[in-house]
Amino acid sequence: MSFLSYLLNGISLGSVYAIIALGYTMVYGIAKMLNFAHGDVIMVGAYVAFTAIMSAGFSSLPAVLLAILVCTVLGVVIETIAYRPLLEASSSLAVLITAIGVSYFLQNVVLLIFGANPKSFQSVVHFKGISLAGGALTISGETIVTILCGILVMVVLTTFIGHTKQGQAMLAVSEDKGAAQLMGINVNGTIALTFAIGSGLAAIAGVLLCSCYPVLTPYTGSMPGIKAFTAAVFGGIGSIPGAFLGGLILGVIEILAKAYISSQLSDAIVFAVLIIVLLVKPTGLLGKKTREKV
Amino acid sequence: MSSMLEVNNLGISFGGLRAVNEFSMTVEKGELYGLIGPNGAGKTTVFNLLTGVYRPDTGKVVLDGKDITGMRTAAVSRAGIARTFQNIRLFGKMPVLDNVKAGLHNHYGYSTPAGILRLPSYRKQEKRMDEKAMELLKVFDLEKDAEKTAGGLPYGKQRRLEIARALATEPKLLLLDEPAAGMNPKETQELMDMIRFVRKEFDMTILLIEHDMRLVSGICERLTVLNFGEILAQGSTQEVLTHPEVITAYLGE
Amino acid sequence: MKKKKLRVNLLTYGIVTAAFIVMQSLAVTGSLSSLMKGLLVPICVYIVLAVSLNLVVGISGELSLGHAGFMCVGAFSGAFFSKCMQDTITSGGLRLFLAMLVGALVAAFFGLIIGIPVLRLRGDYLAIVTLAFGEIIKNVINVIYIGVDGDGFHFSMKDQFSLGMAPDGKVLINGAQGITGTPKDATFLAGFILILVTLFIVLNLIDSRDGRAIMAIRDSRIAAESIGINVTRYKLMCFTISAALAGAAGTLYAHNLATLTASKFNFNTSILVLVFVVLGGMGNILGSVIAATVLTVLPEMLRFLNNYRMLIYSIILIAMMIYNWSPQVLEWRERHFGRLLRRDRKEAE
Repeated sequence: MSFLSYLLNGISLGSVYAIIALGYTMVYGIAKMLNFAHGDVIMVGAYVAFTAIMSAGFSSLPAVLLAILVCTVLGVVIETIAYRPLLEASSSLAVLITAIGVSYFLQNVVLLIFGANPKSFQSVVHFKGISLAGGALTISGETIVTILCGILVMVVLTTFIGHTKQGQAMLAVSEDKGAAQLMGINVNGTIALTFAIGSGLAAIAGVLLCSCYPVLTPYTGSMPGIKAFTAAVFGGIGSIPGAFLGGLILGVIEILAKAYISSQLSDAIVFAVLIIVLLVKPTGLLGKKTREKV
Repeated sequence: MSSMLEVNNLGISFGGLRAVNEFSMTVEKGELYGLIGPNGAGKTTVFNLLTGVYRPDTGKVVLDGKDITGMRTAAVSRAGIARTFQNIRLFGKMPVLDNVKAGLHNHYGYSTPAGILRLPSYRKQEKRMDEKAMELLKVFDLEKDAEKTAGGLPYGKQRRLEIARALATEPKLLLLDEPAAGMNPKETQELMDMIRFVRKEFDMTILLIEHDMRLVSGICERLTVLNFGEILAQGSTQEVLTHPEVITAYLGE
Repeated sequence: MKKKKLRVNLLTYGIVTAAFIVMQSLAVTGSLSSLMKGLLVPICVYIVLAVSLNLVVGISGELSLGHAGFMCVGAFSGAFFSKCMQDTITSGGLRLFLAMLVGALVAAFFGLIIGIPVLRLRGDYLAIVTLAFGEIIKNVINVIYIGVDGDGFHFSMKDQFSLGMAPDGKVLINGAQGITGTPKDATFLAGFILILVTLFIVLNLIDSRDGRAIMAIRDSRIAAESIGINVTRYKLMCFTISAALAGAAGTLYAHNLATLTASKFNFNTSILVLVFVVLGGMGNILGSVIAATVLTVLPEMLRFLNNYRMLIYSIILIAMMIYNWSPQVLEWRERHFGRLLRRDRKEAE
């Protein structure tokens, strides 16, 4: 039974990683950039929800919606001011370093406003978990909601990309920016939309993450950010099902490693699995294999 | 005396597509041989198969009596095949001289510590490399550009530098992938003279891919025509260019 | 070009030496604030790290996000060596020298075994794997316990009590608490010598047959292969040399600290060094030296800004990146200042 409960926790954590990784992978697919500030958008989302609930007396749902709204706007602003000027730069390192600058910026703005002391986040899930098998297996409300959210996000996102004009435009831009432009697609608008969606997802992930692990500091986002990035690469960066799968697997591995091997080495194990997967399949689990043209 | 290059029944598929099929040819020593065909016929794929960029599914490549089938690109180069690229691939951020010196890599050596510690072998070999590279640059009328950055050269000079770099590897066989692409008639004429000169001066066997019929008929002795990955015709330039199927393939393009 | 390269190299050695002489005389005469004095060794450490990372990022063109991992390995192996040899070798200078050699060799070894599988990957995939290795190294060192008593060394990955030592035993590496009491052998002079050695190795390597091969691979891997250059060999060489230098820098760093913990060598440290490299100019060694110095001193000078310090740093970083790299800004700069710059350049020639 304890294995089952670990597994469920793993899937729950994995769902959070998956939601973050979706944002990473979409942005990578379309802008070919590693957005290292993505993890910090998660943290901002969590702080917005925290403030809305604690100081403004919002109830859960409006607080979450507000967090999504703020992060969506934030994502677009970051993209427009910091990244857009550099997307065509001669070295892809330029935008990478800028993303790191944005990451420091967000952390320090939050640090100035809220201070370095950890805030204890109040869960946005208000129903008690369910108890199965006569109390041998309890599933917390947070776990259920997180897993459901993960599935919901995946379904909505896949439908959006597969069945709407904007979604198709995203695919086109990620495939070939120049050709998409010639086809009359508003490339800049599409990139901004991608950042908007990715950042909105980050807000959801932030709230869910802090509901499960209720300690909030300005640096809360960095490690989940890096892990979700790992998950995106693991699944094949640029691939949406890949990010989802990668996130889930990573979450499960992390929790199981913590439970059965060593809590201190769980991160090392997660990264080791990533390395092994990449060595066997250099473009990740569901990544596209590309042949270099000579 | 054996042939310089013997290719037998070479083939490769990408996914379900048979890109090159049952490709065979023989290039004699000192010959200037042309590989022609419409766009997408698989000409560059043949070059990539010969130089180890792709590994063939079937067939055999023999260079000067030595089986080089399936060897890696660097090993193929050491075995004696040098090439240029359709879309020029120079070492763009390096000086022109260093592009050629990089080509000399496997013929003038000293150890890594000797390079770091500036031992006498470093000085001696670097001096020899400088001289040899300048010699080659002179042949291609690039000696004045030796210190410029390769990526900043005009198009025609870049093409010539690529040939100079290829020759620096002291190959037995030189593969030129559309050397006249993007050149005007005057430049093409100069290029033809240069290819002839290289062949004489370096006693070189040359296999070239070309679109420009004038260039092909002007300098190649024998031709192979490729269409949809298969050989359409093979023989002396005169024979091939009057071959009815070749004419159809070209006019039908 | 040859002469110009030589001139730039001489300039690099000259600036470093001059800066050393000035700072050293200021330190000796006591006119240096204790803050600045405390920064001298870290500056040397960061210069070596930046120059060695530039070898990988700027010269060989591969993005590495795990440089702190090699620094970490070097720091711990070097400090461990010194702790063991504390009573055997009494000369601080000699001990530090040998420790740096040990740190460099161990880091080189790690560079090699990580590089062999990893360098097959390209671009961003290589970046993430180096990041992963950096984190793994940090995590694993965090749970290593080594102690010594009359029976020899004891090793554990659980806690210090599992070492099962005799009562007189001494803990050398104490898990997350790391190594304490490393002899404080690091001096500014040692740092200066390490910088000179690093510059000597890197600058001479770049300007040699091997350096040409490495840069050829950077500019076009396929063309480099086509002229017979063994790509794997040269990438590995570059990666290993860079790791060794980072290891030596880590050892120097460890000998400047009372307590050495693995958590110091996290992702942010790797990124910090990468920022030095990018702002100093990729492939520009003198640029790395200057950027590492300025960006180590500046945040310390800005301490009075308290909490605003890192905020301002981040804004400057973003602004600098856009100013230096944005195609639109570059075009704008060319339009407005281009003529001016061209005239300057002509006069300089």
